[in-house]
Amino acid sequence: MAKVRLLIGTRKGAFLLTSDERRKSWKVDGPHFAGWEVYHVNGSPADPNRLYAAQSRGWFGQVVQRSDDGGQTWQAVGNEFHYEGTPGTHKWYDNTDHPYEFARVWHLEPSLADPDTVYAGVEDASLFRSTDGGKAWEELPALRNHPSSPSWNPGAGGLCLHTIILDSTHPERIITAISSAGAFRSDDTGKSWRPINQGLRSEYIPDPDAEIGHCVHSIAMHPSRPDVLFMQKHWDVMRSDNAGDKWHEISGDLPTDFGFAIDVHAHEPETVYVVPITSDSDHFVPDGKLRVYRSRTGGNEWEALTKGLPQQDCYVNVLRDAMAVDSLDSCGVYFGTTGGQVYASADAGDSWMPIVRDLPSVLSVEVQTLA
Amino acid sequence: MLPANLRTLAAVGREVELHVDGVVTQRLLLDALEAEYPALRGTVRDPITKRRRAMLRFFACEDDLSDEPIDAPLPDAVAKGREPYLIVGAIAGG
Repeated sequence: MAKVRLLIGTRKGAFLLTSDERRKSWKVDGPHFAGWEVYHVNGSPADPNRLYAAQSRGWFGQVVQRSDDGGQTWQAVGNEFHYEGTPGTHKWYDNTDHPYEFARVWHLEPSLADPDTVYAGVEDASLFRSTDGGKAWEELPALRNHPSSPSWNPGAGGLCLHTIILDSTHPERIITAISSAGAFRSDDTGKSWRPINQGLRSEYIPDPDAEIGHCVHSIAMHPSRPDVLFMQKHWDVMRSDNAGDKWHEISGDLPTDFGFAIDVHAHEPETVYVVPITSDSDHFVPDGKLRVYRSRTGGNEWEALTKGLPQQDCYVNVLRDAMAVDSLDSCGVYFGTTGGQVYASADAGDSWMPIVRDLPSVLSVEVQTLA
Repeated sequence: MLPANLRTLAAVGREVELHVDGVVTQRLLLDALEAEYPALRGTVRDPITKRRRAMLRFFACEDDLSDEPIDAPLPDAVAKGREPYLIVGAIAGG
C-alpha cells in the first residue's frame, strides 16, 4: 500500500506527518529542530529518503539539515552562502541602496534526477546550488547580476527568492520568483536569465506594466505541461501558456484575488487551487471562512471548497509554500495555516479534514507519495 | 555554556568542555567549539566573516567580553576550566 509523507516547516520546528493511502489516520512526528524557524523541508524526487530542511533563527543564522533515512535522523550540512564577487546593492524600503546580505534560505528544490543536487532560493535574493548533498553551496550569480537587480525592492517579508521550478522536459530550464522583483527564467541552467513578467499588472508600483517590480507570491506548474504556469501574484491570479513569456489574468469570479499559495492537481493539468486572502492589509481569509477555491477550467471559473473547513470565526493565512498535492490516483491536496492547522483532502478538495490543529504557525507544506 | 537552541543543534548538554592548546583566546575557544561540534559552525559566528552574531553575547567571570579583542587571552579561571565561558542569546519577548 502506498504511503504519504507530509513535510511541514513551522515557526518553531519541522514536523513529518505520515499516513497510508487512505489518508484518514496520521502519525505526527516532531518537532524536529525545536525552537528554530523552518522555512522549508523538501524531498528528493530521485530518492525519497533524501530530505533537506532550511532551519534558521535570528540569533544563530542559517543551518541546512539533511536526512538520508526519510527524516528519522538528520545531520547539519553546509551553511556558507557566499555571494560571488562584489555583491552590489538593491533598493531598500526607503529607496536607498542597500548592500546584498545573506539572511536565510526560503526554499530548497532538489534536482529531479540527482539526490545530491539541490537548489536554494535565499534572501537577499539569489540562487545557490549544492552538488554534494548540501555540504558546499555555490551561487549561480547571473540572476543576482541581472542588470535590473540594483532596482529590486524587498517585499514585506524581505527580498527573497521563494520559488524554484525545475522541468524534466527542459533540463536546462529554471524558473524562479522573487518578491518583489518578479519572475525570471533561465534556459541554460542558470548561466543567463530574463524577466518573464509581460502581462503582469500591479497598481501598487509607479508603472503598473513595468518589466520589474511585481510581487509574485508563488508559481505552480504541472509536469506534463511545463509551458503552462499558474501564478498567485500579490493581487491577481495569472496564467501563462508559454513558460512565462506572456501572462493573462484568470482571477475570474474569485471573491478576492489576493493570496499566497497556488497549486495544480496531480492528474488534471487544468485543475488549479488557490486560497484567497482578504487583502494585502488583512492577511486572513475573507468573512471568517476558510475556503479553498478550485478551477477545473484552468482559471476564471472557481468553486469554493468548504466541506470540513471552518466556515465561521476563522482568521488564518496560508503562506506561499504551504500547499501541496500528492500523486495518488485520487489526488490529495494539503495546506497549512498560520494558526497551526494542517488540512488534508483525499478527494481533490471535495472534502477536508484537519490532520493536526495546533502546530506552530505553518510556513511550508510539501508532500511525498511513497511506493 | 551554550544557549538552548545550540544545545539541541549540537545534541549536547548545557555545558561542554573544550581543549585548547597554548594561550586561550576567544578565537581559539570558538574554533575548538566548531571543530568539536561541526553542527555549530556559522551559528555563533558568521561562517564567512567570522564576526560574532549580533544577538549573541560572550560573558565570563561576570564580564561582558563580547566586544573585547578576539585574540586577547581569556581570564585564567576560564582557561583553566574553573569558570565557564558563556554564549548567551539576547533576551527576546516583553
